[in-house]
Amino acid sequence: MGMPVAIEIVDEQATTKIFQEVFAYFRWVDEKFSPYKNTSEVSLLNNGKISLSEISSEMKEILALAKETKLKTKGYFDVYHKGVFDPSGIVKGWAIQNAAALLKKKGMKHFFVDAGGDIQVSGKNRKGKSWRVGIRNPFNRFENVKAVAINEEGIATSGTSVRGMHIYNPHRVDSPPKSIVSLTVIGPNAYEADRFATAGFAMEKEGIYFIESLPGFEGYMIDSSGIATYTSGFENYLI
Amino acid sequence: MIKKFFLSFLVIASFVFYAVHERGEQSEAKVLLPPMQPTMPPEEPTVTPVPPTPETAGPFGPPSQTTPQPTAIPPTKQVRRYKDGAYIGNVTDAIYGNIQVKAIIQDGALVDVQFLQYPNDRRTSVEINQQAMPYLKTEAIQSQNSQVDIVSGATDSSLAFRDSLASALAQAKN
Repeated sequence: MGMPVAIEIVDEQATTKIFQEVFAYFRWVDEKFSPYKNTSEVSLLNNGKISLSEISSEMKEILALAKETKLKTKGYFDVYHKGVFDPSGIVKGWAIQNAAALLKKKGMKHFFVDAGGDIQVSGKNRKGKSWRVGIRNPFNRFENVKAVAINEEGIATSGTSVRGMHIYNPHRVDSPPKSIVSLTVIGPNAYEADRFATAGFAMEKEGIYFIESLPGFEGYMIDSSGIATYTSGFENYLI
Repeated sequence: MIKKFFLSFLVIASFVFYAVHERGEQSEAKVLLPPMQPTMPPEEPTVTPVPPTPETAGPFGPPSQTTPQPTAIPPTKQVRRYKDGAYIGNVTDAIYGNIQVKAIIQDGALVDVQFLQYPNDRRTSVEINQQAMPYLKTEAIQSQNSQVDIVSGATDSSLAFRDSLASALAQAKN
């Protein structure tokens, strides 16, 4: 049940070495920030083995980003859960963004980086067209409910759906109809899209208004009855 | 037995699949990494994925063909892992409110999860004037069959949801 990372590079000068470097980067991030690994810096911090004055520059960056995101999301984004520090919500988008920057530094222009359904794209796909991204049906993981075309943006989806299992049965009249099951956000990059998708999802039905209020972001929210609400500019991305 | 199964599950999870192929002028590689935000701690019971059946797949028709995705789909085994019945999980803190779920087990498998509590009564509310933004549109979702390069979708559930579900499933253990 690992988080899958997929990378596609269209540029013909792509080499195995470049792929290996990016995957190695993701492994490094996992070792450093996984709250489930005893040896990670996150665990060392949580267990009091190191103090805030001893943390790495990357951890300092994550803490600063988390603080800034909490302010921008009215406190809905918080890396402290029951008093335990867990920056996973910000690290994923950040890592995707850094991986994309690494590829650009290597001269790659046309690629995507996908970590667990959160995606950064660059340039064009192998047909020379905009990247086409499907939005998964939260009730049926084999199906998409929308397809959008993006070129340099990031796209991220936040939801309560457990992989491979349906949570809500829309046919049931006694199921709670108020909650939302999925919020997809398109933003300037994967980091921005990811953090605001996470915070917007925590806001439930108000989340889509929050995304609407952010310049440069669009969103597609699906509630537990299978009704979608989307922001004013979302249709511009539809294929 | 369950531990053993879960152990093999973890092995599969940490199995890194790496394939690089070059077709003409194009290169592509896909890999499965160990989770950055893994599932449950090993002591907790694991969730058997229930593949959608026509009866439970929702109102959106049978599964349609999509682009193959490099998702880590755990092996589905028809093992009777749980006792039939309904089990109520603990109330867990989801930062923005409490979550409590009820797990329904049928024929030894998890078939439904119902929310008994979810955060809809929080004291803080978003200070956004919804009247000021009348531009949002709504629609009933429906299957979209366009060919796509990638798919965006939630793959991990919230910690609070998992905590509550895990405690419900612990009671259902065979």
